Amino acid sequence: MAQDRPGSAHEPTGPAAADRPAPPTSSAPGEPLVVLQGVDKHFGPLHVLKGIDLTVRKGEVVVVIGPSGSGKSTLCRAINRLETIDSGTITVDGVPLPAEGKALARLRADVGMVFQSFNLFAHKTVLQNVTLGPIKAKGVRRADAERTAMGLLERVGVADQAAKLPAQLSGGQQQRVAIARALAMRPKVMLFDEPTSALDPEMINEVLDVMVSLAQEGMTMIVVTHEMGFARRAAHRVVFMDGGQVVEEADPETFFTAPRTARAQDFLSKILTH
Amino acid sequence: MGAIADNIGTYWDGALVTVQLTAWSGIIALALGVVCAAMRVSPVGSLRVAAATYVEVLRNTPLTLVFFFVAFVAPQFGLLAPLGFWTAVICLSTYTSAFVAEALRSGVNSVGVGQAEAARAIGLTFGQSLQEVVLPQAVRTVIPPLINVLIALVKNTSVAAGFAVVELVAAGRRVALANPADSLMVLGGVAVGYLVITMSLGALAATVERKVVFTR
Repeated sequence: MAQDRPGSAHEPTGPAAADRPAPPTSSAPGEPLVVLQGVDKHFGPLHVLKGIDLTVRKGEVVVVIGPSGSGKSTLCRAINRLETIDSGTITVDGVPLPAEGKALARLRADVGMVFQSFNLFAHKTVLQNVTLGPIKAKGVRRADAERTAMGLLERVGVADQAAKLPAQLSGGQQQRVAIARALAMRPKVMLFDEPTSALDPEMINEVLDVMVSLAQEGMTMIVVTHEMGFARRAAHRVVFMDGGQVVEEADPETFFTAPRTARAQDFLSKILTH
Repeated sequence: MGAIADNIGTYWDGALVTVQLTAWSGIIALALGVVCAAMRVSPVGSLRVAAATYVEVLRNTPLTLVFFFVAFVAPQFGLLAPLGFWTAVICLSTYTSAFVAEALRSGVNSVGVGQAEAARAIGLTFGQSLQEVVLPQAVRTVIPPLINVLIALVKNTSVAAGFAVVELVAAGRRVALANPADSLMVLGGVAVGYLVITMSLGALAATVERKVVFTR
């Protein structure tokens, strides 16, 4: 978790690329963990998700990319039902998403979520942010929750900030706390909704490094991002969305070097030329 | 000044009833208002509609009319004893709860939607996310409008004077009738009584506000 890796640009530099664990495209997938079938969603007249089919297996890291308005964030938020869907089914570990109520809360406890705007609880300290879920949703004893939380904060490199309020931290630190907060629930899968889009450039890598190490430890992750470097370093599969549809899926190497569809070629040419 | 000094006991008793009316109605209104506001922001549509109807009906009805309904119409259907302290408390608390609910709702809306989403995303139930995340942050923005509502409540208790409750205004009216030459002084005394009560509320608000400050 080198926070100031020399020559750190977003794209993997020489050494970083060498670090990259060859994404085990064939070996990683276990049994299906998150399964979307025929998912449709409208915002008023806008058809944001059009019959999405997607299966994410245990231990798999899936990066969802696409132009803004393509529905990728909505897709991510639908998986823990922060957005409801109009039709189709979403199952997590074999269980269909419950409607409102306690069952939904239990499911959300198993699905970690990291937001673009961090959304740390503004009135609670960093430590309280991380312990709230375990204590309230899982009934963990405070002392145990705090010990676990300190371990997680240590791991994301912000243990020394535990007593501060979120507003006193930098964006990168806040986002790492948000990751620790999600991990504290011991989720089966982590959702990242553009986790680095609200960060200053020099803070992006400290967050991405945490995410890469998570991926290397076998966490199942669905990551909506514009960070192509992360996709290359850590993803097993890239899902390209446009206009509410999954246009193309491939392993990162194939997708970035030889995209099949014209839409993906066009998108990549626009973001990779500068 | 003589009329006030001679009747200070009457004033005191009246002021005490005003404070009791305010305290009971205030507490009940806050409780009802919290329930109502929670219903208005809940994920269940029927609860939202029910709470919105309750708020709109009570907020847009003159308080005097609420008193007339509860004091004179309800007993015809075998509900409640007419007149008296608790009838006034029922009227004042239901009426005020609508305003409390709106003040709380504005506070809840002032807390970014991301906070509630994050709370739900870590597995808190709707009630827990309100209790642990949204309401503690809403409190700060809600204190000033809530104090406005309570100050209005203090003054609204005077409507009970017309319904056989001898609070501060009714007491002042009795003294004024007995001392017609001093009525300006006597009613001025009543106003001062209200001022003392409402300003104490304001001071209380300032204290609470200081306690709940935090940096966003």
